[in-house]
Amino acid sequence: MKLKRISASGVNLVYFWISAFLLYLPILLLIIFSFNDSTLLVFPLKGFTLKWYSQLAGANELLRSLSHSLLVGLGSSLVSTLLGALGALALTRFDFKGKNAFLSLAAVPMIIPYVVLGVAMMILFKAIGIPLTLWTVGIGHVVINIPYNVLIISARLAGFDKSLEEAAMDLGADYLQTVLRVYLPIAMPALLASFLSSFVTSFNEFALAFFLTGRENTLQMYVYSQLRFPSRLPIVITLAAITMVATILVMLLSEWLRQLGQTGEAKGEPENA
Amino acid sequence: MTKSLRLAALLTPVTVWLVLFSLIPLGVMAAYSFQGNSTGAVDGVFTLANYQKFFSNSAFQSVLWRSVLIALATAAFSVVLAYPLAYFLAFQAGKSGMILLTLLIAPAWTSELLRILAWKIMLGSNGTLNYLLTWLGWIAPDTVLIRFGPAAVIVTLVYTWIPFAALPIYASLGRIEKSLLEASADLGENPLRSFLRVTLPLSLSGVMASFFYVFVPSLGEWVTPAMVGGTTGIMFGNLIQDQFARALNWPLGAAFSLVMLLAALALTLLMTRVIPLTDLLEAG
Repeated sequence: MKLKRISASGVNLVYFWISAFLLYLPILLLIIFSFNDSTLLVFPLKGFTLKWYSQLAGANELLRSLSHSLLVGLGSSLVSTLLGALGALALTRFDFKGKNAFLSLAAVPMIIPYVVLGVAMMILFKAIGIPLTLWTVGIGHVVINIPYNVLIISARLAGFDKSLEEAAMDLGADYLQTVLRVYLPIAMPALLASFLSSFVTSFNEFALAFFLTGRENTLQMYVYSQLRFPSRLPIVITLAAITMVATILVMLLSEWLRQLGQTGEAKGEPENA
Repeated sequence: MTKSLRLAALLTPVTVWLVLFSLIPLGVMAAYSFQGNSTGAVDGVFTLANYQKFFSNSAFQSVLWRSVLIALATAAFSVVLAYPLAYFLAFQAGKSGMILLTLLIAPAWTSELLRILAWKIMLGSNGTLNYLLTWLGWIAPDTVLIRFGPAAVIVTLVYTWIPFAALPIYASLGRIEKSLLEASADLGENPLRSFLRVTLPLSLSGVMASFFYVFVPSLGEWVTPAMVGGTTGIMFGNLIQDQFARALNWPLGAAFSLVMLLAALALTLLMTRVIPLTDLLEAG
């Protein structure tokens, strides 16, 4: 019996690593092609080159779209993290009527397909005469990040004792001070995790941005526009390789922060209680 | 500041943002779908013409039906393939479970467009996969393993969703009391029966949450089918996108959108009857 169990977990171990390999394979492939000396993205490979990386520096339009994406990512993540934090504080620190209604509202962007959300926002912006710009993309990205930010920050705050707030208030702090000096430090890892994951989401998002982008492209929109010109693909793929590796590194950092955030000492494992 | 004022200050920003930029747009879109003028000028005439177009054209309906089938297949494959991963991470990976979970999820955060592009490069008759298998002599030179079409869409979507499908299952497995499994083993159940009678039923809420998480966004997909769907793998999302990007018939696109919205909402309601929304949210 013991032997069987070991072999079962061995099978699972092998399955896990094969799956992990397959998940990274497409990314690996793009990295390989970014060093391939050919404009065609097919095997067999033609030889090693760094020319795509050196041409990247001169690809002005590409770099401009990159800076747009960084801008939209930073702005929208700051706003969605702030909004998410406020919502999370309300959810974890107050009992109120309509809590479920609020939760449902916060979940709306999660259950509506992006194409529907994108189309709806585009129609509204057109109807009231707001031109599509990077601002509208940012607004859309705040919407889709809110549910996740509320969740991540709630998970952190839920672990902490209400008496902390009472203690601070007893000591004469007003509510704003309490929030800034008690909750802000407590929530910091979750706030950072929220910010990073929102940034990464915004930076890489395409399905929604497609409907909200005006003349100024985000990076993903630029990539999409270049798909029709095969000769330009290698440079696009080179930047893709770089941003994908960077994304993975940022996500590892964010996950680490989030998990750090969830293992707060006040959480208390059920077994120890 | 009184308690209710504080609460209002905390709730208002999120509420206003979501009402302004998701509920109101959806309402305007719904109103728009009853417009007749395809140029988008609001003429104030109420018409059901756009819905008649949808219900009288079996091609539209079959694309919607195909989208449902693709989303169902994607969700089913994703959950089945993700379950052993979640099980491994929850019970067999020991202390490194969290790190390995992160490792699994990280690639899923990279650009969807670029990952689909990578799959486009891999699949199809000139694809890397075909090249590799032909080179290895596993398939005959002129066969194509996976052509651009529904199968390619499902493969690419499953790839996208496996890591996310593993999350709710992992969470539900983590909530199972170890003592239950020990009790089952003590009572002489073999591991397989233990799994089928204790672990699996207790993780069912995670399985359903995970199915739901994959199904809804897959139903609304348009980028993946646009890139690897060929002509036979087009989904409903592509019809919507087309009305806005090329056909420029916004009211018809809005009507299609509303149909999809209602489909997604109906499924969500069905799902929340099985698992409460709060649980569904917490599982993520």
